[in-house]
Formats: sequence, C-alpha cells, structure tokens
Amino acid sequence: MSTRDLFTFGNPHFTRGVGITAAILIVTAIAGFVVLPFAQPWVQFASVWDAICSAAGVPQRAASVTAPEQAKRLSEVVLTSHTLSRPSQEAIGRGATLAQRCAICHGPTGISRADSPNLAGQYAAVIYKELHDFRSGARSNAVMSPFAVNLTEEEIADLSNYYAYLPRPSAYHPTPQLPKPNIVIYGAPLRGVAPCGACHGSLDNKTGSPWLEGQSEAYMKAQLQAFASGERRNDISQQMRNIARALTPQEIEAAAAYYASQPPDVVKAVD
Amino acid sequence: MLVNRKLILAHFWFAFAVFGVALTLGAWQMFIRSPIGTWLSNPELYYRSLTAHGTVMGYVFPTLVAMGFGYAISESALEQRLVGVRWAWTGFWLIVIGSIMAVIPIALGRASVLYTFYPPLIGNLFYYLGVVLVVVGSWIWVALMSINLRVWRKAHPGAAVPLAMYANVAGSYLWAWTAVGAALELLLQIIPVAAGLKNTIDAGLARIFFSWTLHAIVYFWLMPTYIAYYTIVPRAIGGRVYSDSMARISFILFLVVAMPIGIHHTFADPQVGAGFKFIHSAFTALVALPTLLTVFTICASVEIAARLRGGRGVFGWIRALPWDNPMMLALAFSFVMLGFGGAGGLINMSYQLDASIHNTQWITGHFHLIFGGAIVIMYFAIAYDLWPHLTGRELIDVRLIRTQLWLWFVGMIVTTFPWHWVGILGMPRRMAYFDFGDPAIAPQALSVTFSAIGGFILLTSGIMFIVILARGMRAPLAEAGAYRFAVAVHQPTTVPVALNTHALWVALMIALTITNYGYPILNLATTAGTSVPAVYVGAQ
Ligand code: HEM
Ligand SMILES: [Cu+2]
Repeated sequence: MSTRDLFTFGNPHFTRGVGITAAILIVTAIAGFVVLPFAQPWVQFASVWDAICSAAGVPQRAASVTAPEQAKRLSEVVLTSHTLSRPSQEAIGRGATLAQRCAICHGPTGISRADSPNLAGQYAAVIYKELHDFRSGARSNAVMSPFAVNLTEEEIADLSNYYAYLPRPSAYHPTPQLPKPNIVIYGAPLRGVAPCGACHGSLDNKTGSPWLEGQSEAYMKAQLQAFASGERRNDISQQMRNIARALTPQEIEAAAAYYASQPPDVVKAVD
Repeated sequence: MLVNRKLILAHFWFAFAVFGVALTLGAWQMFIRSPIGTWLSNPELYYRSLTAHGTVMGYVFPTLVAMGFGYAISESALEQRLVGVRWAWTGFWLIVIGSIMAVIPIALGRASVLYTFYPPLIGNLFYYLGVVLVVVGSWIWVALMSINLRVWRKAHPGAAVPLAMYANVAGSYLWAWTAVGAALELLLQIIPVAAGLKNTIDAGLARIFFSWTLHAIVYFWLMPTYIAYYTIVPRAIGGRVYSDSMARISFILFLVVAMPIGIHHTFADPQVGAGFKFIHSAFTALVALPTLLTVFTICASVEIAARLRGGRGVFGWIRALPWDNPMMLALAFSFVMLGFGGAGGLINMSYQLDASIHNTQWITGHFHLIFGGAIVIMYFAIAYDLWPHLTGRELIDVRLIRTQLWLWFVGMIVTTFPWHWVGILGMPRRMAYFDFGDPAIAPQALSVTFSAIGGFILLTSGIMFIVILARGMRAPLAEAGAYRFAVAVHQPTTVPVALNTHALWVALMIALTITNYGYPILNLATTAGTSVPAVYVGAQ
C-alpha cells in the first residue's frame, strides 16, 4: 500500500482509526449533552435542544429570574491603568482654578490640616473615581457630596490631574515612623486577607488603590470601619469591604497608625 | 553517526544549566514557605522566583532536552547527517535569547505572572516576547525533524522508519500543534494588552486557549522519556523491544488523544459548558491507554533481558536484572513514580473528585512526581547514555551516577508524598507563606517540613548530576562506537503505511481539536461583554 492510499476506506487503519474515534466522540457527546443533563433531577429542560444548549455553555438569560433591585447605588466607574495617564498643561491649570474651592478642607497645597485626605500627589485615577462616586451617590458625605454633584466630567478629570500633579508632601513627618505591622505586609493568610501593601504600596500598587502614607489616622480608621459595617460601599466588587469585614479592631488600629506615620515620599518604595 | 555533537551538547548544556538555577529556586521556595524558613517580608519575591522556576522548568528545560535528543535521534537512527544545521543553531540561539529576554523582567519584578500567565494579570511585554521566541525556536526544530525524515524517506523508499525517529517526529508534531493554543493566547490576547494597544482582556477565553496547550505539553515533556523507555533501556540492559508495532501504536495514540482533553484543567471554570467538560473528561480516560500499553511492553522487554541473563520463574527473573546498571535503576524509579503519579492523576481527571483537590498543593505534588520525577529522571538517563558518544569520553563514575539517581528518587518521594497529603487537607497552592502558628494549619507543619527536606535532597542530586556531566567532559578519551537504539524481537522490515507515517494521526488530532475546542472558543470569542480590565504587574 502506498501513501496515496492512506486516506481511503480500503485501508483498515484509516477505517478503524476514524471509525473508533468518531464512535467515541458520538457516544461521549450523547452522554454529555443529552443523557447527563436530563440525569439532573433538579434542573428542568424545555426540550432536548434546550439541554444541549445548556451543556454546550450557550449563554442564556433565565426568564424567570430578574436581577435583584439594587437598594443603594454602586460605583459605575471603570478604571484602567491608563485612566488619565497623560494630562495636558491646560487641564492641570483648569484643575488648579477649580481646586480653590477644595482648599478649605484639603489645604491650599493639597495637604490637609483637618483630617481630610491629603490629595497632593495622589494617583489621578483615585481622585477621579471618588469624585465620580460622590457625584453619582455611590459614596456620600455631607461635605463632599454637594461639591461633587455639580461637577462635569471634564472638571472631575481636571481636578484629578491637578492634584496628581502636585508634589507629594516630602518632608512631612507627622509622627515617628512605626514598623510595618503584620497586616500590612503579610495580611492574614488564614482569613483570606491580602496584605494592605499588596495594593496600597509598600509591596505593590494596583490600579484604583490610593497610596496611604501620611494620611490622617482618624480618617483611615473611620473609612475601614465604614467599609466593615457596609456604610461605605463604593468599592468595586467589594474589594475593601471583604477585607475590612475580616479585620480585627486591633488590625484596623495598627494599619491606620502605621500608614499615618509614614512620610509620603516612601510611596512605591519596595523593601 | 553523531556528527553535530556540538549542537546537541549546546542544547543539553543550556538545558541543564537553567535547570540547575530553577532547581535552586524550587528548593528555596519550598524552604521559605515551610515552618523552618522565616516569613518573607515581601511575597513579591516568592512570585518572581515561582515565575522563573515555572517558566524554566515548563518551557525552556524540557524543550531543549527534547530538541537535543531529537537531533541525536535524527542523526543516529537515520544514520544521516542532520539537514539544516544552520537552522538548528538559529533555533537554539532563539531559545537562548528568548530565555534571557523573559528572565530579565521576571528578575526585575515586572513579570510576576507565573508561567500560566494568569490573565487578567499582565506583566512586562518582554517576558511574553521571550516566551514566544522560545516557542519559535522550537518550531524550527519541528520543521527540521520533519524535513530530515522526508530526506531519509526519499533515499529509502518504502523502508520502515526507525522507531526512535518515528516517535520523535510524532512528539514534534504534537508540540507544534499544542503550542498553537498558548501562541494564540499570547498573540491575540495578552501581547496586545502588554504592548498598551488594549486594556481589557477576556480571561475566560485566555484560559481555554491555555488549556489547549497545557495538557499536550505534558505529553511533549513525556516524549523523550517514552522514547528512552522503548529505544534505550532494552538495549542498555541487554534486552529487546517486545513489540515494535505496540510502540508505534502508543506514540500515535498520544498524538490523537493528548490534544482534545485540555479542558480537564478548567473543570472549575464557569465559562465552559458541562457537556464539553464531560467529553474532555472521557477522552482523558483514554489517554491512560498508551501509558498502559507502554508499561506492559516495557515490562515484557525487560523480562526478555532477564531471561536472556538466565532469570527464571514467574517473578524470579526480576532478580536476574542488571540492577547495577544506571539505566535499569532509572527505569525502575521512573516506573514507580509513574505508577503513583498515574494513580493521583485518576483523581484529577474525575470531575467530582477534582473539586476537592483543585488549586491545592496536591496539584503541585502531583506534577512534581510525574514531571520532576518520572520524566526528569529519564532525562538524566538519556544524558548519561548519550554523553560518551557526544564527548568521546567515558563516564567512569558509575557509582556516583547510581547515587545520584537514588537521591533523586528518594528526594522526590520525600518531597511529593507529604505535598499530596497537605493538599488533601486543603492547603492552597501558589502562596508565599503559611501561618503554621495558627491551629487550623499547625498539623500540616510537619508534612511541609518533610517536603522542604526532600527539596534539599533533590537539589543535592541535581548538583551531582551536573558535576558528573562536567567531569565527563574532562575524562580520558575513549571511543564509544556508533550510537544504537534497541532492536525489537521481530525487527520490522516493512510497516503498514499508517504506522510508518504520521498524516492520518495528525489529521485525527486536528479534527478532534476542532470538535472538542471549536465551539467553546467560538462561543467565548463571539459573546460580548466578557472582557475585564487588565491588572498590570507593578503599574502606577
Ligand atoms: C528541588 C526540587 C524542586 C522543588 C523543591 C520545587 C518546588 C516547587 C515549589 C515550591 C513550587 C511552587 C508551588 C506553589 O507555590 O504552588 C513549584 C512549582 C513548579 N515546579 Fe518545582 N520544584 C522542584 C523541581 C522541579 C522540577 C524538576 C520541575 C520540572 C522539570 C519543576 C516544575 C515546576 C513547575 C512547572 C511549577 C509550577 C509553577 C507555578 O505554579 O507557577 N519543579 N516547584
Ligand atoms: Cu492535563
């Protein structure tokens, strides 16, 4: 027999090879797409075709189930690491003008003396997201919300770019630097808590996570408690709520005190 | 007729050098997350190490061994000078450059994405480009193996292709096709994001593409080992291959059924339909067939050797085997590890049982036993067997070789048995540290400590291996003669076309890939709204 006859039914290897393979495929397909779906008493199929589609993974919208009514608004902001990554000088200038309104709490140079967050040098994406959330109502605060409702998309972007552009308060040492507590560098592996530092700097930085060094201790503690109680819920996919709920009060204290004691110029340092 | 010895040696040396580095990282990982190490203050370092270890052990090391061995087979089994030597060197250098290119961003902490890429995590572009270069380099080898066989066929019309070359080319085709999955994932999905052209990625689809590669790559790693079982061991211990056809059937079965089963790696993924999971699971059961055939044939071949040496009785012949021969020892160790690993594999492949060990340390224990144990110990055997022919010098220190193999075997058992056990207890994989002070996992501390000790035994064995080979480069000159492969009891002169060519089986392999992967891929690719924002390693 020559190579030319390889793919002919006269060749027993061809006939048997293809035949056996096809037979196995057909039998397993019938089992997987028809028999097994119907073997699940807890699932109802309208027809065989329905069962096949389900087993094949065809996306289906279940007719009887409607999405649960959302009691409170959630954040609708989509962030990527390219959000606002290349601001123009004009945008920053416009932001500076707008920021005069914010100075009373966040300080004229973006450094607060009122337990409000320091914004100077904060990541643009972070400010952008929080302003959006205040505007949409996903996050609410008696002072911030009224400021945010009237901001346009462009104004939010300009403000974010302006604050990101300001230098971080480099020589600002609020208190003596504390050593890293376990929760910041190790998290709590057994409770499924990732280290704070994995997203907020110290170890690594993830898009949308603010750096926290030198922020007000009281402010950070209050936010962690608000996340834990569910009072604040604008974190995408419950990223912070899941963590804050699992923290002990001592861990909340330790993390807030640690970050508050760090000078912001160590942001991003890996040690 | 080994003419291009430098080429083959270059492949082996680079393979073993990177293997040594990755092995050290492995031992360190094991130690640092065990109770005898202290917690790392920066888990990022663990993931850098893990990415480097996995990338080298999964992509670079076995590929180079398969390539070097493949060139050796082509020259000696076909008794024909390698055609395309210049291309072969190009492939080699692509792999060297690719490896360096991939390792630099890993070392800088810019690509701690692990060797499975883990989208939507996205690392530095050069890491992925490096991996692509490694794959492209290996594809040159695939083409050369095919071309060399074709040249030989022209000169020997109708003759039976030597078993070693038949199997070698089957392995190369399997690799060529299975690498396409990861290549599609890299080129269509990950690289555009890493290059900044896009910033969202369909992670579910990416996982399906990766599963296309992930199972059959295991059989590509396995190929040199199986080729050694069939064509080196019987010759080295004075036996014969029990059946040449059985051997060919095993290799073509690997070609057909290793591919359409990769979705067994995504049993826990919601984006794949249960029907496809079932089909892949059923085909996975079939993949045991060629391995069972192999175990049977090799045991029979070994028995022939024992009986030729005067062994008698139903089991008494086992004592007559040449147990001081490193090849015999390596084979026995490899089979024992294959047996235990295979038994564990039965658990992984069953949809329900898999749920209890999914993503636990069981998985890492399992593949270290099979891959690091059963497969790699035969890589050692291949190197020992070929070395005198490549260097023209004798490997004198047989005692040291035996010790090295013993240590690898014992080390692998000590490492992986407790590793499986803690997996059953629920310890997750890919974690940088564990709080053994917590009562919940304190009972696992002892097992993990054993694994760490096993890791150092393995490291010792690995160092000995490299030392033995290095000393072999400076041993006294000794002509080793022509490199030969085992002959069968009935050495074939003609073989049915189907078992002398690969076309039919390659066609079946592609057809089954289409039936088993076509719809899941199309479905995910055409469903809107399945992409998520990429998460960049070390961004901001
Ligand atoms: C000294 C011997 C070795 C030790 C102690 C060791 C240890 C480890 C450890 C601790 C992990 C990470 C497990 C986890 O965190 O989930 C790992 C992963 C891995 N090892 Fe090894 N290893 C060794 C040898 C090998 C060998 C010989 C191979 C194969 C040739 C190999 C291939 C791999 C692969 C592919 C991974 C997966 C990486 C990942 O999960 O991303 N290792 N090894
Ligand atoms: Cu697999």
